[in-house]
Amino acid sequence: MAEKVKKKPVGKFLVFAGITFILYYLLFAYESLINDYFTRGKFYAFLPVLTAFIFSYAHGNTTDLFWKVVGIEAKKRREVK
Amino acid sequence: MQETIQHAVQMIDLQFWHIMYLIFVGFVGGLVSGFIGSGGAFVLTPSMMSMGVPGIVAVASNMCHKFPKALVGAIKRAKFGHVDVKLGIIMGLSAEAGVLYGAHIQEHIKRTLGDAGSNLYVSIAFVIVLGTVGLYVLRDAFKAMALEKEGKGTLSEEEKPTKIAELLYKIHIPGTMIHFKSINKKVSFLFTIPLGFATGFLAATIAVGGFIGVPSMIYILGVPSLIASGTELVIAFIMGAVGTFKYAWSGFVDIRLAMLILLGSLFGVQLGAIGTTYVKGYMIKLVMGVIMVIILVSRGLMVPVYLSQLGWISPLNPTYVSLLKNTSFAVNALALFVAAFIIFKNLIKGIYEEKRYRVLETAHSTLKTTK
Repeated sequence: MAEKVKKKPVGKFLVFAGITFILYYLLFAYESLINDYFTRGKFYAFLPVLTAFIFSYAHGNTTDLFWKVVGIEAKKRREVK
Repeated sequence: MQETIQHAVQMIDLQFWHIMYLIFVGFVGGLVSGFIGSGGAFVLTPSMMSMGVPGIVAVASNMCHKFPKALVGAIKRAKFGHVDVKLGIIMGLSAEAGVLYGAHIQEHIKRTLGDAGSNLYVSIAFVIVLGTVGLYVLRDAFKAMALEKEGKGTLSEEEKPTKIAELLYKIHIPGTMIHFKSINKKVSFLFTIPLGFATGFLAATIAVGGFIGVPSMIYILGVPSLIASGTELVIAFIMGAVGTFKYAWSGFVDIRLAMLILLGSLFGVQLGAIGTTYVKGYMIKLVMGVIMVIILVSRGLMVPVYLSQLGWISPLNPTYVSLLKNTSFAVNALALFVAAFIIFKNLIKGIYEEKRYRVLETAHSTLKTTK
């Protein structure tokens, strides 16, 4: 009985969902200021690239945990008979 | 010029339906991307342009959502053992050279023949690549499906390396041999470089490099389909990150648009990646082949429009032109939705079977313990 029903990572999901929500809120609350800096070109190019990484980390974890909470997970590998 | 674009970026007023639309198409594109390694760009770029986003900003913002999506997808697929990182990095770096050369050709055509000329070039590239590679991939998928139905299709038989791959394995060029774990063989990087280059060239031309990248890994290098589509995400990540930086250097990225597409697409890419664990390799080929052939029709419809704009054929009636344009876009969207439908169908079927299997397994073990 090594494999009991796994506990769903609801708490962790809520934390990442909260972070993602704050990131999106900030992006749209300050959209004109952000777009002003982000489209200045040259070394400001690091800003959109860095933002994309931060968003993908937070939101990537959110979506990963979301499907786990919903109960959609990858097929377990087992020996082919 | 740059000031005008910057102004245009700020001018776009995002309406509620724009936001919902970007999230939704992002989700479907992400789903396909997580499954076959690329997808969505051919619907997203024209849709953004129809919202009033300048073409170059649409391309740049699309690319800015693509690389984090590819990264998240690649990490997920790597957990399932579907990624050959070394192959992805080598192909990705050579793809970068292909992107630069492809963009150079595009600029040259635009300078000499104008917008209609470059549109025609892109459409013809679509028709040639999708017509040859797409039909081949689709034929191969149907062959594997038929074998499966007859009960002859075992995994090893289905994913047997092609004759070209077998030949490549035999060629030994000292000092250039690299071991790839996905095929467990040494192949000279002199063979992988042109494949990466072609992938990048196509990405710069039609925005979907995976249409060359994935089939070339499968048929030329002999990489199993599931690993080829997972590795494509590494290539897409490298191409996307460098491409985004290049566009952002000139100030063309609208981060709001990119992050809105990302919002939906990360849900999709995770689900698409999960979907690959429930299917056999030929399903990747089937979805990819179906998309390629439907998009072939979509681009083919536009060829007469561009020919008439160039004055190479007699001018077309404006109502006829708008009809062709709308039909072409609808067919594009159809490709994405047909692919999403196939993925969903397999995912639901797979999860259902898995659950039934688990119930049976539990019942079996309870029976054993009570005995």
